[in-house]
Amino acid sequence: MAEHSAPPRIGPVIDRDQVLHVARLARLRLSEQEVETMVGELSGILEHVDRIGRLDLEGVEPTTHVVALENVWRADEPWQSLPREVALANAPETEDGAFRVPSPQAE
Amino acid sequence: MAGMLELTVAEAAAEIAATELSAAEYFAAWREAAAADELNAYLWTAPEPERHEDLEGPLGGVPIAVKDIFVTEGVPTTAGSRILEGYLPPYTASAVKRMREAGGRVLGKTNMDEFAMGSSNENSAYGPVLNPWDRGRVPGGSSGGSAAAVAGGLAPAALGTDTGGSIRQPASLCGIVGLKPTYGAVSRYGMIAFASSLDQCGSLTRDVTDAALLLAALQGKDLCDSTSVGIEAGIGAPSREDLSGLRFGVPQLTEEGVEAGVREVFEATLRRIEQLGGEIAEVELPSSELGISAYYVLAPAEASSNLARYDGVRYGIRRGGDADLLEMYETTRAEGFGAEVKRRIMLGTYALSSGYYEAYYGQAQKVRTRIAEDFEKAFAAVDFVVTPTSPSVAFELGAKTADPLAMYMNDFFTVPMSLAGIPAISIPAGLAAPDGGGGELPVGFQIAAPAFGEQKLLEAAHALEGALGFAAAAGDAAPWRGGARG
Repeated sequence: MAEHSAPPRIGPVIDRDQVLHVARLARLRLSEQEVETMVGELSGILEHVDRIGRLDLEGVEPTTHVVALENVWRADEPWQSLPREVALANAPETEDGAFRVPSPQAE
Repeated sequence: MAGMLELTVAEAAAEIAATELSAAEYFAAWREAAAADELNAYLWTAPEPERHEDLEGPLGGVPIAVKDIFVTEGVPTTAGSRILEGYLPPYTASAVKRMREAGGRVLGKTNMDEFAMGSSNENSAYGPVLNPWDRGRVPGGSSGGSAAAVAGGLAPAALGTDTGGSIRQPASLCGIVGLKPTYGAVSRYGMIAFASSLDQCGSLTRDVTDAALLLAALQGKDLCDSTSVGIEAGIGAPSREDLSGLRFGVPQLTEEGVEAGVREVFEATLRRIEQLGGEIAEVELPSSELGISAYYVLAPAEASSNLARYDGVRYGIRRGGDADLLEMYETTRAEGFGAEVKRRIMLGTYALSSGYYEAYYGQAQKVRTRIAEDFEKAFAAVDFVVTPTSPSVAFELGAKTADPLAMYMNDFFTVPMSLAGIPAISIPAGLAAPDGGGGELPVGFQIAAPAFGEQKLLEAAHALEGALGFAAAAGDAAPWRGGARG
């Protein structure tokens, strides 16, 4: 059950710093040009969707999923999973039967 | 040769079964047509016919175009994205497997908006698809390649996916039939995820009978998708020719951008329904007005999570591999994703971020509840809800690319059904000139039914289709009859 009162009014405009913060969260590097465009475009879209933020929907159950399903169980029977070499076949880089990635720390 | 290509899927399958038509020759003829694609509808076409044994089954021997969002073992699958360039999936989507088990064969993989995000097919990393009715216009999206292939005479039928209108809207803009089944009717396993609570597999076909034939093959519970339930009673060929005793609800939705020609065709179709014995009633769907707002929070939120997997580690391209891990992720995603995908990842990440979650995502989920409740109430009084499929006919390439919100409004009439998870079909209802003037283009008519009411929906659509006689009325102007305009 929702217990919050009327939701806070969200400012319609997302600024440059917020765009950079969200891009960082999303692991997206944006060019200067993209940051600028994104500020304008996201602000426009958020301004439009903002009207749902102002509705009083207290007591309305959120829908996460339209099909009413309880936990779905199946028999616990082992079956063939992807062979290792097949699972690795599309990887940009592999080593010793594993995915190889650059070091998390800059040299 | 041309005669063979004018058969519907049902007709061709019947002729192959009766050995009046050679499956090998039929496939070869379609392959030749597909290979001559000038619409950029295909990203890949089968270099040789798939094997021709096991042709029993309702789709026996018929080639089907498959949207490039379905993974196909050993066949390039990109979802229209640069980030999956060169990807050869190690397995095949359940929908494609079922299509093959019914005797269908993969003819090719069709172009699409990147990760199914778009309403014009202009967001493909592999170039836009052209509308076969007018090559200066978009085919709609995101299943634009599938729609153009079927309408342009490059495939007898196609598989597509619909998250907020991605089957129905391109079907409407290309003058063919597009069916989005109930959420859960068809397995999503192997369908590259965009917004998992909305994505659904369906068909793009020349007529309603073929839509039923494909749904009968595709639907069913799948162990690999725990949200799939199938359609318990199965699906049979529709045969109804009148609409007596059926009530069609028309919602009073105030979308200001509906073109005059679209309105005219819609009104004329309502009169046709009455002539067939159907009854027209008004219904109220007040929360549907908020559909676009809710959808453009929920779908990007789910997308931002689903697309986190593209990080240059397990598949797809890697860029910036000489730097550290974080920089590799960011560089790969910066170079691999297109503008619309980035925009939606940003929007979704923002909507899910700390401090904004409840105001956007939480509220949107509640609006979704309201929209579903509105439909439930409406279906207590009527059998179907009907609307225009799209506010406009096919628009010119580039007309809406600079204004994302204007592009999103294309989904105004299709998004509410997606949010409610109910089935909806678009059938071609007539031709109309765009508001800005120009040649006449197809207008789609959308019919929605309660969850798992596909059989009844197909019966009504079949009756209406017969009365409208769109294909016959379009005559030689229809692109599949060679009437494409330059």
